[in-house]
Amino acid sequence: MTQLALVIDLNVCVGCHACVTSCKQWNTSGQAGPLFDDNPFTKDPTGTFFNRVQTFEIGEFPKTETLHFPKSCLHCEDAPCVPVCPTGASHKRSEDGIVLVDYDKCIGCKYCSWACPYGMREFDEYQKVMKKCTLCVDRIYDETLDERDRKPACVLACPTSARLFGDVHDPDSEASVAVRERGGYQLMPEWGTKPANHYLPRRKTQISIHEDELVRVDNPLKKEDIRHETSKDVSLDDWLM
Amino acid sequence: MHPTFSVIFLTTLIGVGQGLFLALFTEQSYSAANLLPAQDSSFYVTGSFIALAFLIGGLIAAIGHLGKPIYMITRAWRGITQWRTSWLSRELILMPLVMFLVFLYGVFHYFGLDANLFGTPELGGQLTLVLGTVTTAAVFGLFIATAMIYASLKFLQEWACSLTVVNYILLGSASGFTLAAAYAAYVAPELVGFYAGWAMIITAAALITRSGSLIRNTRIKYKSTIQSAIGVRHTKVQQKSMGMMGGSFNTREFFHGKTAAFLKSIKWIFLVLVFPLPLLLLWAGMEGDKTLLVMAFLVQYVGLLFERWFFFAQANHPQNLYYQTV
Repeated sequence: MTQLALVIDLNVCVGCHACVTSCKQWNTSGQAGPLFDDNPFTKDPTGTFFNRVQTFEIGEFPKTETLHFPKSCLHCEDAPCVPVCPTGASHKRSEDGIVLVDYDKCIGCKYCSWACPYGMREFDEYQKVMKKCTLCVDRIYDETLDERDRKPACVLACPTSARLFGDVHDPDSEASVAVRERGGYQLMPEWGTKPANHYLPRRKTQISIHEDELVRVDNPLKKEDIRHETSKDVSLDDWLM
Repeated sequence: MHPTFSVIFLTTLIGVGQGLFLALFTEQSYSAANLLPAQDSSFYVTGSFIALAFLIGGLIAAIGHLGKPIYMITRAWRGITQWRTSWLSRELILMPLVMFLVFLYGVFHYFGLDANLFGTPELGGQLTLVLGTVTTAAVFGLFIATAMIYASLKFLQEWACSLTVVNYILLGSASGFTLAAAYAAYVAPELVGFYAGWAMIITAAALITRSGSLIRNTRIKYKSTIQSAIGVRHTKVQQKSMGMMGGSFNTREFFHGKTAAFLKSIKWIFLVLVFPLPLLLLWAGMEGDKTLLVMAFLVQYVGLLFERWFFFAQANHPQNLYYQTV
């Protein structure tokens, strides 16, 4: 069974919000209608977004590290937001595992947002229905687009390729390999929601170099001059010399 | 969570309606067993229509919880489809069912419809007894469905507890029996002692279970932490940016936005208004003083509004871990 998902590499995310804006641009222009904003150009701008980038500081000054944390629907394999929906508007597609809201069935009771421990759903204050990341379902299957463009808008926008898109049930997909080989993890595993999206942890890039690897102790010429006893047997040296 | 007044009114109003029906039917069953004096049909008719009025009031409040009121007509009917998995869907089915059955109960009493179902012609009101039993089952089903909407959300740890269900049943029944005592003071004074007595017993029981849930909630150890939320194993994690400037749905829906002191004062207000004051007023009104009994109901109902506000505000959603600089 296919389970499309994003794998987000926190090690290379620079927090530029390109995924946020490209997501908003694509999804506000689609068939499902705009994602509304209030006060977009004045004080206290607010609006509906499918994707946000948050920033955390880890550690204590001066030994701190900044973590940029992109946050969008995790398309859980056991999505708690789906069974609670009274109208069946919130559903998980069996063919690719994408969790979607049918905006024509949603009654806007917000119960699904209560049932999501991650707070990944956002209510549209104008259309009065619950909205969430669609994994660009209107894009990834669009055969009028070039094949390389059939990916979620956020993935295409990311300048550092921090976002990988693929089938996490296919062990050979780029996403699965990344999860497997680079320590991919899920958020809040304690609730058993089995998020399909995974995050790759931050890694320290360092090599350990010993001091005498930098400063030569011996004159290398002299070092090479040390003659060892040769063997009586035929060796490679006999061929070279 | 941000307490929504539509849900506060919905849950408290239908609680009163359900409790009042239970009170009426308790009287009818007792009188069928000759434990209480039999009443005219008008007692049940007026009573069940008062109960129906409260249920309709709840339904109107529920409309306020929909995205648009028109969704009640255009989309809410779909709410009956997901009863296999959704407690909200089950509530949406049971609420009209309870309203219909309570209406039917009143109508049957009004027209004096009866049938000899058990082969005992000397026992009157057999048809309404059967209907009342079915309605009672539906009323309890509705109590459970309403409470399970909250209790089934396992990561809202303040709610995910069997005490939530017990509280909804007891608090709804208590307010219904208190209203029944006030109602009886006007139309059937001989029942005041019975209703006021039971209202006091149920209120006292609710005091025990609600205090139990309050005590339980002060001792909750939250399963989710900021570490599990973002998957970083470090004891010091501080949020610097939530990803927006002017707030979002996440910062509006899941935070009550009040101080801890405000929350605490609401707790004490409801603890006084729902339990000791109505108990005192009911006790003082045992002799049938109408004003005291009406006061008992009004005080308890207002207290229940505070109780429900606190119930929502106290719940701490794990998504708040991602929004720490609100």
